[in-house]
Amino acid sequence: MNFLQPIGSAFRGFLESTGRLALFAIVSVSHCVRPPVYPRLIGRQLIDIGYYSLPVVGLTTLFSGMVLALQSYAGLDRAVAESVIPRIVVQSMTRELSPVLTGLMVAGRIGAAMAAEIGTMRVTEQIDALTTLSTNPHKYLIAPRLIAGLTMLPLLVLVGDTIGVFGGYLVSAYKLGFNPAIFLKFTWENVAALDVWSGVVKAACFGFIVALLGCYNGYHSRGGAQGVGAATTNAVVSASILILVSNYLITEMFFGK
Amino acid sequence: MSAVETAPPKIRVRNLRKRFGRNVVLDGLDLDVDVGESVLVIGGSGSGKSVLLKCILGLLEPEEGVIEVDGAPVIGLPAADREAVNRKFGMLFQGGALFDSLRVWENVAFGLVQGENMGRMQAKDIAIAKLAAVGLSANVGELWPAELSGGMKKRVGLARAIATEPEIIFFDEPTTGLDPIMADVINDLIVKCVRELGATALSITHDMASARKIADRIAMLYKGEIIWNGPTSEIDRSGNDFVDQFIHGRAEGPIRMEVRAS
Repeated sequence: MNFLQPIGSAFRGFLESTGRLALFAIVSVSHCVRPPVYPRLIGRQLIDIGYYSLPVVGLTTLFSGMVLALQSYAGLDRAVAESVIPRIVVQSMTRELSPVLTGLMVAGRIGAAMAAEIGTMRVTEQIDALTTLSTNPHKYLIAPRLIAGLTMLPLLVLVGDTIGVFGGYLVSAYKLGFNPAIFLKFTWENVAALDVWSGVVKAACFGFIVALLGCYNGYHSRGGAQGVGAATTNAVVSASILILVSNYLITEMFFGK
Repeated sequence: MSAVETAPPKIRVRNLRKRFGRNVVLDGLDLDVDVGESVLVIGGSGSGKSVLLKCILGLLEPEEGVIEVDGAPVIGLPAADREAVNRKFGMLFQGGALFDSLRVWENVAFGLVQGENMGRMQAKDIAIAKLAAVGLSANVGELWPAELSGGMKKRVGLARAIATEPEIIFFDEPTTGLDPIMADVINDLIVKCVRELGATALSITHDMASARKIADRIAMLYKGEIIWNGPTSEIDRSGNDFVDQFIHGRAEGPIRMEVRAS
Protein backbone atom coordinates (compact mmCIF):
# COMPACT_ATOMS: atom_id res chain seq x y z
CA MET A 1 0.00 0.00 0.00
CA ASN A 2 3.07 2.24 -0.01
CA PHE A 3 2.26 3.56 -3.46
CA LEU A 4 -0.79 5.29 -1.98
CA GLN A 5 1.32 7.28 0.46
CA PRO A 6 2.74 9.81 -2.03
CA ILE A 7 -0.73 10.30 -3.54
CA GLY A 8 -2.23 10.94 -0.10
CA SER A 9 0.64 13.20 0.82
CA ALA A 10 0.26 15.22 -2.39
CA PHE A 11 -3.50 15.49 -1.87
CA ARG A 12 -3.02 16.66 1.71
CA GLY A 13 -0.48 19.22 0.50
CA PHE A 14 -2.98 20.45 -2.09
CA LEU A 15 -5.70 20.81 0.55
CA GLU A 16 -3.32 22.66 2.88
CA SER A 17 -2.30 25.06 0.11
CA THR A 18 -5.93 25.65 -0.84
CA GLY A 19 -6.81 26.34 2.79
CA ARG A 20 -3.89 28.77 3.19
CA LEU A 21 -4.88 30.58 -0.01
CA ALA A 22 -8.52 30.79 1.11
CA LEU A 23 -7.53 32.22 4.51
CA PHE A 24 -5.19 34.69 2.81
CA ALA A 25 -8.02 35.76 0.49
CA ILE A 26 -10.50 36.19 3.37
CA VAL A 27 -8.08 38.28 5.44
CA SER A 28 -7.12 40.41 2.42
CA VAL A 29 -10.71 41.00 1.29
CA SER A 30 -11.70 41.94 4.83
CA HIS A 31 -9.02 44.65 4.71
CA CYS A 32 -10.45 45.94 1.40
CA VAL A 33 -13.71 46.88 3.08
CA ARG A 34 -12.37 48.21 6.39
CA PRO A 35 -10.76 51.59 7.01
CA PRO A 36 -8.21 53.01 6.72
CA VAL A 37 -7.92 53.02 2.94
CA TYR A 38 -4.84 54.16 1.05
CA PRO A 39 -6.08 56.22 -1.94
CA ARG A 40 -2.54 56.98 -3.18
CA LEU A 41 -1.60 53.30 -3.23
CA ILE A 42 -4.88 52.28 -4.87
CA GLY A 43 -4.40 55.03 -7.47
CA ARG A 44 -0.89 53.82 -8.24
CA GLN A 45 -2.12 50.27 -8.72
CA LEU A 46 -5.03 51.42 -10.90
CA ILE A 47 -2.54 53.14 -13.20
CA ASP A 48 -0.11 50.18 -13.17
CA ILE A 49 -2.77 47.59 -13.92
CA GLY A 50 -5.11 49.65 -16.08
CA TYR A 51 -3.21 52.30 -17.98
CA TYR A 52 0.11 50.49 -18.47
CA SER A 53 -1.62 47.27 -19.60
CA LEU A 54 -3.48 49.07 -22.39
CA PRO A 55 -0.80 48.57 -25.11
CA VAL A 56 -0.43 44.84 -24.53
CA VAL A 57 -4.18 44.27 -24.24
CA GLY A 58 -4.84 46.47 -27.27
CA LEU A 59 -2.33 44.66 -29.49
CA THR A 60 -3.46 41.21 -28.35
CA THR A 61 -7.15 41.83 -28.97
CA LEU A 62 -6.54 43.75 -32.22
CA PHE A 63 -4.67 40.87 -33.84
CA SER A 64 -7.07 38.30 -32.37
CA GLY A 65 -10.01 40.13 -33.98
CA MET A 66 -8.12 40.30 -37.29
CA VAL A 67 -7.25 36.59 -37.25
CA LEU A 68 -10.81 35.69 -36.28
CA ALA A 69 -12.21 37.50 -39.31
CA LEU A 70 -9.62 35.95 -41.61
CA GLN A 71 -10.10 32.39 -40.34
CA SER A 72 -13.89 32.64 -40.38
CA TYR A 73 -13.82 33.81 -44.00
CA ALA A 74 -11.72 30.80 -45.03
CA GLY A 75 -14.51 28.41 -44.09
CA LEU A 76 -17.53 30.38 -45.34
CA ASP A 77 -19.26 31.22 -48.61
CA ARG A 78 -18.73 34.91 -49.48
CA ALA A 79 -22.46 35.64 -49.59
CA VAL A 80 -22.90 34.32 -46.07
CA ALA A 81 -19.60 35.59 -44.75
CA GLU A 82 -20.52 39.26 -44.97
CA SER A 83 -23.29 38.80 -42.41
CA VAL A 84 -21.79 35.98 -40.34
CA ILE A 85 -18.24 37.27 -39.78
CA PRO A 86 -19.32 40.37 -37.81
CA ARG A 87 -21.42 38.12 -35.59
CA ILE A 88 -18.57 35.63 -35.06
CA VAL A 89 -16.13 38.43 -34.28
CA VAL A 90 -18.31 40.35 -31.85
CA GLN A 91 -19.61 37.29 -30.00
CA SER A 92 -16.20 35.63 -29.77
CA MET A 93 -14.52 38.79 -28.59
CA THR A 94 -17.08 39.81 -25.98
CA ARG A 95 -17.79 36.34 -24.62
CA GLU A 96 -14.41 34.66 -24.69
CA LEU A 97 -11.37 36.06 -26.42
CA SER A 98 -11.19 39.51 -24.92
CA PRO A 99 -11.69 38.43 -21.28
CA VAL A 100 -9.46 35.35 -21.48
CA LEU A 101 -6.64 36.97 -23.46
CA THR A 102 -6.74 40.08 -21.27
CA GLY A 103 -6.68 37.91 -18.14
CA LEU A 104 -3.74 35.87 -19.40
CA MET A 105 -1.76 38.90 -20.59
CA VAL A 106 -2.33 40.73 -17.30
CA ALA A 107 -1.37 37.57 -15.40
CA GLY A 108 1.94 37.58 -17.25
CA ARG A 109 2.54 41.30 -16.86
CA ILE A 110 1.00 42.25 -13.52
CA GLY A 111 0.79 38.94 -11.64
CA ALA A 112 4.50 38.36 -12.17
CA ALA A 113 5.37 41.94 -11.18
CA MET A 114 3.28 41.71 -8.00
CA ALA A 115 4.87 38.40 -6.98
CA ALA A 116 8.37 39.72 -7.68
CA GLU A 117 7.85 43.01 -5.86
CA ILE A 118 6.16 41.57 -2.78
CA GLY A 119 8.52 38.57 -2.79
CA THR A 120 11.53 40.89 -2.78
CA MET A 121 9.96 42.87 0.05
CA ARG A 122 9.52 39.59 1.96
CA VAL A 123 13.10 38.37 1.58
CA THR A 124 14.59 41.81 2.34
CA GLU A 125 12.50 42.10 5.54
CA GLN A 126 10.51 45.06 4.21
CA ILE A 127 7.25 43.29 5.10
CA ASP A 128 8.55 42.71 8.65
CA ALA A 129 9.45 46.40 8.73
CA LEU A 130 5.86 47.31 7.80
CA THR A 131 4.59 45.26 10.75
CA THR A 132 7.02 46.86 13.19
CA LEU A 133 5.85 50.26 11.94
CA SER A 134 2.29 49.35 13.01
CA THR A 135 1.11 48.93 9.42
CA ASN A 136 -0.77 45.81 8.39
CA PRO A 137 0.84 44.36 5.23
CA HIS A 138 -2.51 42.98 4.03
CA LYS A 139 -4.04 46.43 4.17
CA TYR A 140 -1.02 48.30 2.80
CA LEU A 141 0.22 45.89 0.12
CA ILE A 142 -2.49 43.38 -0.76
CA ALA A 143 -5.81 45.28 -0.50
CA PRO A 144 -4.88 48.06 -3.01
CA ARG A 145 -3.79 45.45 -5.56
CA LEU A 146 -6.96 43.40 -5.14
CA ILE A 147 -9.15 46.49 -5.51
CA ALA A 148 -7.24 47.60 -8.61
CA GLY A 149 -7.32 44.12 -10.18
CA LEU A 150 -11.03 43.77 -9.55
CA THR A 151 -11.91 47.15 -11.04
CA MET A 152 -9.43 47.59 -13.89
CA LEU A 153 -9.77 44.23 -15.65
CA PRO A 154 -13.44 44.86 -16.60
CA LEU A 155 -12.46 48.24 -18.08
CA LEU A 156 -9.56 46.66 -19.97
CA VAL A 157 -11.89 43.98 -21.33
CA LEU A 158 -14.37 46.60 -22.57
CA VAL A 159 -11.49 48.32 -24.35
CA GLY A 160 -10.34 44.92 -25.66
CA ASP A 161 -13.86 44.16 -26.96
CA THR A 162 -13.86 47.39 -28.92
CA ILE A 163 -10.37 46.99 -30.33
CA GLY A 164 -10.97 43.32 -31.20
CA VAL A 165 -14.09 44.19 -33.19
CA PHE A 166 -12.12 46.99 -34.83
CA GLY A 167 -9.49 44.39 -35.85
CA GLY A 168 -12.24 42.30 -37.48
CA TYR A 169 -13.51 45.43 -39.20
CA LEU A 170 -10.07 46.27 -40.62
CA VAL A 171 -9.63 42.81 -42.15
CA SER A 172 -13.23 42.65 -43.41
CA ALA A 173 -13.21 46.11 -44.97
CA TYR A 174 -9.65 46.38 -46.30
CA LYS A 175 -8.51 42.79 -46.86
CA LEU A 176 -11.70 40.91 -47.71
CA GLY A 177 -13.38 43.84 -49.47
CA PHE A 178 -16.65 43.79 -47.50
CA ASN A 179 -18.84 46.86 -47.28
CA PRO A 180 -17.78 48.62 -44.03
CA ALA A 181 -21.31 49.87 -43.35
CA ILE A 182 -22.71 46.34 -43.57
CA PHE A 183 -20.02 45.06 -41.17
CA LEU A 184 -20.92 47.77 -38.64
CA LYS A 185 -24.66 47.13 -39.10
CA PHE A 186 -24.33 43.39 -38.44
CA THR A 187 -21.92 44.01 -35.59
CA TRP A 188 -24.36 46.35 -33.86
CA GLU A 189 -27.26 43.96 -34.39
CA ASN A 190 -25.31 41.11 -32.78
CA VAL A 191 -24.01 42.92 -29.72
CA ALA A 192 -25.94 41.35 -26.84
CA ALA A 193 -25.95 42.80 -23.34
CA LEU A 194 -25.57 39.32 -21.89
CA ASP A 195 -22.40 38.68 -23.93
CA VAL A 196 -20.79 41.94 -22.78
CA TRP A 197 -21.96 41.45 -19.21
CA SER A 198 -20.58 37.88 -19.05
CA GLY A 199 -17.22 39.18 -20.29
CA VAL A 200 -17.18 41.89 -17.64
CA VAL A 201 -17.99 39.40 -14.87
CA LYS A 202 -15.24 37.10 -16.14
CA ALA A 203 -12.82 40.02 -16.20
CA ALA A 204 -13.57 41.00 -12.61
CA CYS A 205 -13.06 37.39 -11.55
CA PHE A 206 -9.80 37.12 -13.53
CA GLY A 207 -8.53 40.42 -12.11
CA PHE A 208 -9.13 39.16 -8.59
CA ILE A 209 -7.39 35.85 -9.37
CA VAL A 210 -4.34 37.54 -10.91
CA ALA A 211 -3.92 39.99 -8.03
CA LEU A 212 -4.62 37.41 -5.33
CA LEU A 213 -2.18 34.81 -6.66
CA GLY A 214 0.49 37.40 -7.43
CA CYS A 215 0.28 38.74 -3.88
CA TYR A 216 -0.09 35.31 -2.24
CA ASN A 217 2.94 33.80 -3.95
CA GLY A 218 5.06 36.88 -3.33
CA TYR A 219 3.97 37.13 0.31
CA HIS A 220 4.98 33.53 1.00
CA SER A 221 8.23 33.49 -0.96
CA ARG A 222 11.31 32.27 0.88
CA GLY A 223 15.02 31.90 0.29
CA GLY A 224 16.31 34.90 -1.61
CA ALA A 225 16.45 35.38 -5.37
CA GLN A 226 15.61 31.76 -6.15
CA GLY A 227 12.52 31.90 -3.92
CA VAL A 228 11.35 35.12 -5.56
CA GLY A 229 11.86 33.56 -9.01
CA ALA A 230 9.83 30.50 -8.01
CA ALA A 231 7.09 32.73 -6.55
CA THR A 232 6.90 34.67 -9.82
CA THR A 233 6.62 31.49 -11.90
CA ASN A 234 4.00 30.03 -9.55
CA ALA A 235 1.99 33.25 -9.65
CA VAL A 236 1.77 33.26 -13.45
CA VAL A 237 1.18 29.52 -13.89
CA SER A 238 -1.42 29.17 -11.12
CA ALA A 239 -3.26 32.34 -12.20
CA SER A 240 -3.33 31.18 -15.84
CA ILE A 241 -4.74 27.78 -14.90
CA LEU A 242 -7.33 29.26 -12.55
CA ILE A 243 -8.36 31.77 -15.21
CA LEU A 244 -9.08 28.95 -17.66
CA VAL A 245 -10.92 26.87 -15.06
CA SER A 246 -13.04 29.78 -13.82
CA ASN A 247 -13.69 30.80 -17.45
CA TYR A 248 -15.39 27.47 -18.02
CA LEU A 249 -17.40 27.75 -14.79
CA ILE A 250 -18.61 31.28 -15.55
CA THR A 251 -19.44 30.31 -19.14
CA GLU A 252 -21.45 27.39 -17.79
CA MET A 253 -23.20 29.77 -15.39
CA PHE A 254 -24.19 32.24 -18.14
CA PHE A 255 -24.69 30.03 -21.18
CA GLY A 256 -24.99 26.44 -19.91
CA LYS A 257 -28.22 24.62 -20.60
CA MET B 1 3.85 40.49 48.88
CA SER B 2 6.65 43.04 49.27
CA ALA B 3 5.92 46.39 50.84
CA VAL B 4 7.52 48.31 47.98
CA GLU B 5 6.05 47.67 44.53
CA THR B 6 8.84 47.44 41.95
CA ALA B 7 8.24 48.46 38.34
CA PRO B 8 8.08 45.50 35.95
CA PRO B 9 10.90 45.11 33.46
CA LYS B 10 10.29 46.90 30.16
CA ILE B 11 10.56 43.52 28.44
CA ARG B 12 10.17 40.23 30.28
CA VAL B 13 10.64 36.89 28.55
CA ARG B 14 9.96 33.63 30.35
CA ASN B 15 10.35 30.02 29.25
CA LEU B 16 10.22 30.95 25.56
CA ARG B 17 10.20 27.98 23.20
CA LYS B 18 10.23 28.14 19.43
CA ARG B 19 10.95 25.36 16.97
CA PHE B 20 10.95 25.04 13.20
CA GLY B 21 9.98 21.45 12.41
CA ARG B 22 12.34 19.31 14.49
CA ASN B 23 14.84 22.12 14.94
CA VAL B 24 14.44 23.59 18.44
CA VAL B 25 15.70 27.17 18.24
CA LEU B 26 14.61 28.66 21.56
CA ASP B 27 14.38 26.20 24.44
CA GLY B 28 12.98 27.80 27.58
CA LEU B 29 14.69 31.18 27.24
CA ASP B 30 14.41 33.76 30.07
CA LEU B 31 15.43 37.39 29.70
CA ASP B 32 14.61 40.71 31.37
CA VAL B 33 15.33 44.16 29.98
CA ASP B 34 14.83 46.95 32.50
CA VAL B 35 13.56 50.43 31.73
CA GLY B 36 16.27 52.58 30.11
CA GLU B 37 18.68 49.67 29.92
CA SER B 38 20.61 48.63 26.81
CA VAL B 39 20.84 44.85 26.66
CA LEU B 40 22.69 42.99 23.95
CA VAL B 41 22.33 39.33 23.08
CA ILE B 42 25.37 37.61 21.60
CA GLY B 43 25.55 34.15 20.11
CA GLY B 44 26.77 32.25 17.10
CA SER B 45 25.10 32.19 13.71
CA GLY B 46 21.86 30.22 13.87
CA SER B 47 21.71 30.35 17.66
CA GLY B 48 18.26 31.98 17.60
CA LYS B 49 19.06 35.64 18.24
CA SER B 50 16.93 36.89 15.35
CA VAL B 51 14.14 34.46 16.25
CA LEU B 52 14.09 35.91 19.79
CA LEU B 53 13.78 39.43 18.39
CA LYS B 54 11.05 38.39 15.94
CA CYS B 55 9.07 36.71 18.73
CA ILE B 56 9.17 39.91 20.80
CA LEU B 57 8.20 42.02 17.77
CA GLY B 58 5.25 39.73 17.02
CA LEU B 59 6.65 38.58 13.68
CA LEU B 60 6.85 34.97 14.90
CA GLU B 61 4.55 33.15 17.28
CA PRO B 62 6.36 31.01 19.88
CA GLU B 63 5.02 27.59 20.86
CA GLU B 64 5.35 28.24 24.58
CA GLY B 65 6.32 30.92 27.02
CA VAL B 66 5.49 34.45 28.05
CA ILE B 67 6.58 37.78 26.61
CA GLU B 68 5.55 40.90 28.50
CA VAL B 69 6.03 44.52 27.54
CA ASP B 70 5.52 46.95 30.43
CA GLY B 71 4.10 44.06 32.44
CA ALA B 72 1.41 43.15 29.88
CA PRO B 73 1.53 39.88 27.91
CA VAL B 74 1.82 40.43 24.16
CA ILE B 75 1.70 36.94 22.64
CA GLY B 76 -1.47 36.21 20.66
CA LEU B 77 -2.86 39.74 20.86
CA PRO B 78 -5.55 40.78 18.34
CA ALA B 79 -4.11 42.75 15.40
CA ALA B 80 -5.24 46.17 16.64
CA ASP B 81 -3.76 45.60 20.12
CA ARG B 82 -0.55 44.29 18.59
CA GLU B 83 -0.27 47.44 16.44
CA ALA B 84 -0.68 49.52 19.61
CA VAL B 85 2.18 47.59 21.27
CA ASN B 86 4.33 47.95 18.15
CA ARG B 87 3.93 51.74 18.37
CA LYS B 88 6.23 51.55 21.39
CA PHE B 89 8.89 49.90 19.21
CA GLY B 90 11.52 51.08 16.80
CA MET B 91 13.58 48.60 14.83
CA LEU B 92 16.83 48.80 12.89
CA PHE B 93 16.97 45.82 10.55
CA GLN B 94 20.22 44.13 9.56
CA GLY B 95 19.92 45.11 5.89
CA GLY B 96 18.08 48.36 6.59
CA ALA B 97 14.79 46.98 5.13
CA LEU B 98 14.09 50.36 3.56
CA PHE B 99 11.05 50.49 1.28
CA ASP B 100 12.37 50.58 -2.30
CA SER B 101 9.29 52.32 -3.64
CA LEU B 102 9.58 55.30 -1.26
CA ARG B 103 12.10 58.12 -1.12
CA VAL B 104 14.45 58.23 1.86
CA TRP B 105 12.45 60.90 3.73
CA GLU B 106 9.23 58.94 3.14
CA ASN B 107 10.90 55.88 4.66
CA VAL B 108 11.90 57.85 7.74
CA ALA B 109 8.46 59.47 8.01
CA PHE B 110 6.57 56.20 7.41
CA GLY B 111 5.77 55.45 11.05
CA LEU B 112 4.60 59.04 11.59
CA VAL B 113 2.33 59.12 8.54
CA GLN B 114 0.92 55.59 8.72
CA GLY B 115 1.15 54.84 12.43
CA GLU B 116 0.33 58.25 13.88
CA ASN B 117 -1.71 59.78 11.00
CA MET B 118 0.55 62.84 10.87
CA GLY B 119 0.34 65.15 7.82
CA ARG B 120 2.98 64.47 5.17
CA MET B 121 4.57 67.94 5.33
CA GLN B 122 4.91 67.89 9.11
CA ALA B 123 6.25 64.33 8.95
CA LYS B 124 8.75 65.40 6.29
CA ASP B 125 10.13 68.15 8.56
CA ILE B 126 10.60 65.60 11.35
CA ALA B 127 12.17 63.12 8.94
CA ILE B 128 14.71 65.72 7.78
CA ALA B 129 15.51 66.50 11.44
CA LYS B 130 16.01 62.79 12.20
CA LEU B 131 18.23 62.42 9.13
CA ALA B 132 20.31 65.33 10.46
CA ALA B 133 20.51 63.56 13.83
CA VAL B 134 22.20 60.59 12.13
CA GLY B 135 24.52 62.85 10.11
CA LEU B 136 22.68 62.94 6.77
CA SER B 137 21.76 66.10 4.88
CA ALA B 138 18.28 67.07 3.70
CA ASN B 139 19.35 66.29 0.11
CA VAL B 140 19.69 62.62 1.03
CA GLY B 141 15.99 62.67 1.91
CA GLU B 142 15.11 63.09 -1.76
CA LEU B 143 17.15 60.05 -2.87
CA TRP B 144 15.83 56.53 -3.38
CA PRO B 145 17.12 53.71 -1.14
CA ALA B 146 18.83 52.06 -4.14
CA GLU B 147 21.07 55.14 -4.44
CA LEU B 148 22.50 54.77 -0.90
CA SER B 149 25.67 53.04 0.31
CA GLY B 150 25.52 50.34 3.01
CA GLY B 151 26.49 52.80 5.76
CA MET B 152 23.93 55.35 4.60
CA LYS B 153 21.23 52.68 4.56
CA LYS B 154 22.03 51.84 8.19
CA ARG B 155 21.85 55.53 9.12
CA VAL B 156 18.50 55.93 7.35
CA GLY B 157 17.28 52.75 9.06
CA LEU B 158 18.36 54.25 12.39
CA ALA B 159 16.60 57.53 11.58
CA ARG B 160 13.43 55.56 10.77
CA ALA B 161 13.76 53.57 14.01
CA ILE B 162 13.92 56.74 16.14
CA ALA B 163 11.49 58.89 14.11
CA THR B 164 8.46 58.05 16.25
CA GLU B 165 10.52 58.45 19.44
CA PRO B 166 9.81 54.89 20.56
CA GLU B 167 10.14 53.62 24.11
CA ILE B 168 12.00 50.49 23.02
CA ILE B 169 14.47 50.20 20.12
CA PHE B 170 15.66 46.90 18.66
CA PHE B 171 18.91 46.61 16.74
CA ASP B 172 19.48 43.55 14.56
CA GLU B 173 23.20 43.20 13.73
CA PRO B 174 23.64 46.98 13.39
CA THR B 175 27.24 46.86 12.17
CA THR B 176 27.21 43.76 9.94
CA GLY B 177 28.65 44.42 6.49
CA LEU B 178 30.21 47.76 7.39
CA ASP B 179 33.89 48.72 7.45
CA PRO B 180 35.32 49.19 10.97
CA ILE B 181 35.22 52.98 10.85
CA MET B 182 31.62 53.13 9.63
CA ALA B 183 30.72 50.45 12.19
CA ASP B 184 32.11 52.67 14.95
CA VAL B 185 30.20 55.66 13.58
CA ILE B 186 26.97 53.62 13.69
CA ASN B 187 27.75 52.44 17.23
CA ASP B 188 28.27 56.06 18.36
CA LEU B 189 25.00 57.07 16.70
CA ILE B 190 23.13 54.23 18.39
CA VAL B 191 24.47 55.22 21.82
CA LYS B 192 23.66 58.90 21.19
CA CYS B 193 20.14 58.27 19.88
CA VAL B 194 19.21 55.82 22.63
CA ARG B 195 20.51 58.19 25.34
CA GLU B 196 18.76 61.24 23.87
CA LEU B 197 15.44 59.39 23.69
CA GLY B 198 15.89 57.75 27.09
CA ALA B 199 14.79 54.56 25.35
CA THR B 200 15.25 50.93 26.32
CA ALA B 201 17.35 49.00 23.79
CA LEU B 202 17.62 45.34 22.91
CA SER B 203 20.27 44.45 20.34
CA ILE B 204 21.69 41.30 18.81
CA THR B 205 25.11 41.00 17.24
CA HIS B 206 28.24 38.92 17.04
CA ASP B 207 30.44 41.97 16.67
CA MET B 208 32.15 42.22 20.09
CA ALA B 209 33.47 45.75 19.46
CA SER B 210 29.90 46.86 18.88
CA ALA B 211 28.68 44.91 21.92
CA ARG B 212 31.19 46.56 24.24
CA LYS B 213 30.25 50.00 22.97
CA ILE B 214 26.46 49.96 22.92
CA ALA B 215 25.46 47.59 25.73
CA ASP B 216 24.99 48.06 29.48
CA ARG B 217 24.46 44.35 29.85
CA ILE B 218 25.27 41.35 27.68
CA ALA B 219 23.49 38.01 27.53
CA MET B 220 24.89 35.01 25.70
CA LEU B 221 22.50 32.71 23.85
CA TYR B 222 23.54 29.13 23.25
CA LYS B 223 21.40 26.14 22.31
CA GLY B 224 18.20 28.09 22.83
CA GLU B 225 18.97 29.34 26.35
CA ILE B 226 20.71 32.29 27.95
CA ILE B 227 23.83 30.69 29.42
CA TRP B 228 25.42 33.87 30.79
CA ASN B 229 24.06 37.29 31.61
CA GLY B 230 25.98 40.16 33.18
CA PRO B 231 27.27 43.73 32.93
CA THR B 232 29.36 44.53 29.85
CA SER B 233 32.30 45.46 32.09
CA GLU B 234 32.38 41.90 33.45
CA ILE B 235 32.28 39.96 30.22
CA ASP B 236 36.06 39.48 30.19
CA ARG B 237 35.81 37.94 33.68
CA SER B 238 32.68 35.90 33.08
CA GLY B 239 34.26 32.63 34.18
CA ASN B 240 32.16 30.96 31.50
CA ASP B 241 34.11 28.90 28.96
CA PHE B 242 31.43 29.36 26.30
CA VAL B 243 31.52 33.14 26.66
CA ASP B 244 35.32 33.18 26.69
CA GLN B 245 35.53 31.15 23.51
CA PHE B 246 32.95 33.35 21.79
CA ILE B 247 34.38 36.75 22.71
CA HIS B 248 37.91 35.70 21.76
CA GLY B 249 36.73 34.03 18.56
CA ARG B 250 38.52 30.73 19.18
CA ALA B 251 37.78 27.63 17.10
CA GLU B 252 38.76 25.40 20.04
CA GLY B 253 36.48 25.25 23.06
CA PRO B 254 33.18 23.90 24.29
CA ILE B 255 31.21 25.43 21.40
CA ARG B 256 31.32 23.09 18.44
CA MET B 257 30.30 24.61 15.12
CA GLU B 258 28.11 22.26 13.14
CA VAL B 259 29.93 21.80 9.85
CA ARG B 260 28.29 19.39 7.43
CA ALA B 261 30.78 17.07 5.74
CA SER B 262 30.65 17.24 1.96
